[in-house]
Amino acid sequence: MIRSLRGTAATTSALLAFLLAALLQAQGTAPPTPLTLISRDARRPVPTTLLSGQELIALDDVAMLFQVTVREDTLTGGITISYRGRTIVASPDQPMASVNGRVVTLPSPIVRSGRRWLVPVEFLPRALGPIYDQRIDLRRPSRLLIVGDLRVPRITARIDAPGPPTRATIEIAPPVPVSTVVDNGRVLLRIDADALDVGVPGAASGLIEQIRAGDQPNTIAVQLTPAATTARATVNTADPAVTRVGIEVAQAGPPPQDATATPPRPAAPSSEGAPPVLPRAGVQTIAIDPGHGGDEVGARGRAGTEEKQLTLDVARRLRGLVETRLGLHVILTRDDDRVVPLDQRTATANNNKADLFISLHANAALSPRAAGAEVYHLRLGREEEQVRREAEAGSVTLPLLGGGNRTIDLVRWDLAQARHVEASATFASMLGNALKERVPMGPRPLQEAPLRVLEGADMPAALVEMAYLTNPDQEKLAGSDDFKNSIAQALYDAIVRFRGGGGGGAEQAP
Amino acid sequence: MIAGGVAAVGLIAWGVTRGLERFVRPQPAQTPAATTAPAPTAHITATLYYGSQNGDALVPVRREVPLAEGIVAQGRQIVSAQLEAAPMPYVSVIPAGTSLRAFYVTERGEAFVDLSSQVSSAHPGGSLTELLTVYALVNAVTGNLPAVQRVQILVEGKEVDTIAGHVDVRRPLQGDMTLVAGGAQ
Repeated sequence: MIRSLRGTAATTSALLAFLLAALLQAQGTAPPTPLTLISRDARRPVPTTLLSGQELIALDDVAMLFQVTVREDTLTGGITISYRGRTIVASPDQPMASVNGRVVTLPSPIVRSGRRWLVPVEFLPRALGPIYDQRIDLRRPSRLLIVGDLRVPRITARIDAPGPPTRATIEIAPPVPVSTVVDNGRVLLRIDADALDVGVPGAASGLIEQIRAGDQPNTIAVQLTPAATTARATVNTADPAVTRVGIEVAQAGPPPQDATATPPRPAAPSSEGAPPVLPRAGVQTIAIDPGHGGDEVGARGRAGTEEKQLTLDVARRLRGLVETRLGLHVILTRDDDRVVPLDQRTATANNNKADLFISLHANAALSPRAAGAEVYHLRLGREEEQVRREAEAGSVTLPLLGGGNRTIDLVRWDLAQARHVEASATFASMLGNALKERVPMGPRPLQEAPLRVLEGADMPAALVEMAYLTNPDQEKLAGSDDFKNSIAQALYDAIVRFRGGGGGGAEQAP
Repeated sequence: MIAGGVAAVGLIAWGVTRGLERFVRPQPAQTPAATTAPAPTAHITATLYYGSQNGDALVPVRREVPLAEGIVAQGRQIVSAQLEAAPMPYVSVIPAGTSLRAFYVTERGEAFVDLSSQVSSAHPGGSLTELLTVYALVNAVTGNLPAVQRVQILVEGKEVDTIAGHVDVRRPLQGDMTLVAGGAQ
């Protein structure tokens, strides 16, 4: 009897402890918008918790994101965070931390929540920043955590006159090149930056319905009301501290001083020259795969040109073009000189949900005479053909918990390309045509082959061999800026054409 | 014992499909390691593949290859001849110094060509050249040994992803005549 009572008491106290712990855990709430970490090659949400008005981040997450090690000192009750031999020491009762021996203040002390340690988000720029290899910048109003030297200008917008005509000014600081497009009832600003620090949404008035961040990380959209008929944008770069974009929106009726206005028409010329046609949605992310790297040098010319360097150089040029002119998200499968296994390259593209995959290579031949660029797409073998048929035969329908069904595609990860072969062939031929306009082509400009790197790509994919490094003339050519820019421009042209149609939707075909 | 049996089955299958002009002995001690053709004077004419002068296509060249007894021994002779230097004016598409470590054929008509590491380490790279290397071997084996439908290349006894970073050789490959000068496109 006593034993059983004691048992019940023990159970009850355990339950209470559990409830208390659960209550403590539950104190934090997620912020309305998550913090976004932006670095050279990633953009991802960072989980944070709001606890009595203070935004906190778990040290586990910090360890994972920044490759630091976290150690709890059970004797002193302190926490040591180390990164490459440099340390931060924090204790649960002090709103400060010792960073490599120097004290920095924090808005609140480090706290324990269940089994996790939480630090105020200011810990990142203030404590981790000084010992980290890259700059860490926290922009609270725009909820951005910027890691590395990225161009993230602050954007502010104001309505100067409700009109009509409605006049507004968008300021970009520090100044960066900007291009403008007027399209479908809105003015779109493409800003040459890695991301934008857009605070509270700009005011709306008159013929301007809203000024907000665009669909791409480096665009701003000025949404016009249906009554608006003409819009123009002028870029003013006179001020060394800020670029100002003036927007003027007019209404039909008494025409403005220039009678030529017909709705909608292109904006005033920007610093970037003619902006490209606004592409359809569909292709949002492009994966560029610079072939080889590290010890895998690839082809090598007699004068010493290495394939791995040429591919990375052109990949970076292409990224610049695609990001600044199209405002698309670009992923490089490597952005430095290292070995990356072939499967990891396509995995990077797949995990980032890229819509196109371009693998860049430079060719080699046994004869110094071989010359010219070539484009490859995947040829399916017997086994792959089987996979394609299975993919075409349809997907598998699974019942959902609580009723209903969900259809999922079953595709072998290592042969994911099987269902994109037709779109890939279209894309490859567009690449071939675009290259032909700018650089010399080889005797077999377009080929189908069982290329390993393309097989795992779950999106239209092609491989470009830019030139033969074993041909002395071609090697010399390949070293020139002119050639590298021509290749990047040709690939860019093909991307624009693929998005514009004749292939943009092909990958969606069942 | 089992290996001998498998080899015998393979031999019979080959003999039947080939319609051999000679009799097949029922109990040959044929193993993949077996070397040397017994009759140095007897030859067959085989089609081997070399790089064109421009290095951008395969060129078929008829060459004398020592006659050997059985598909495995004959396959070894063909591959060994293919690994030798190219006749003028062509270029070899297989790196110099590459040697044949082993050659065997499965009952499914798949041949395995096991090459030394030079095929990878001394390869100049480039998608096209790698395609030429792979298909010179695949075409030479499938074209001269009708019992073989597909060929898988191994390097130092192991399956590899690629020889020089481009062409998938994880699976047995069928011959490809599109790379042959004047071949079907």
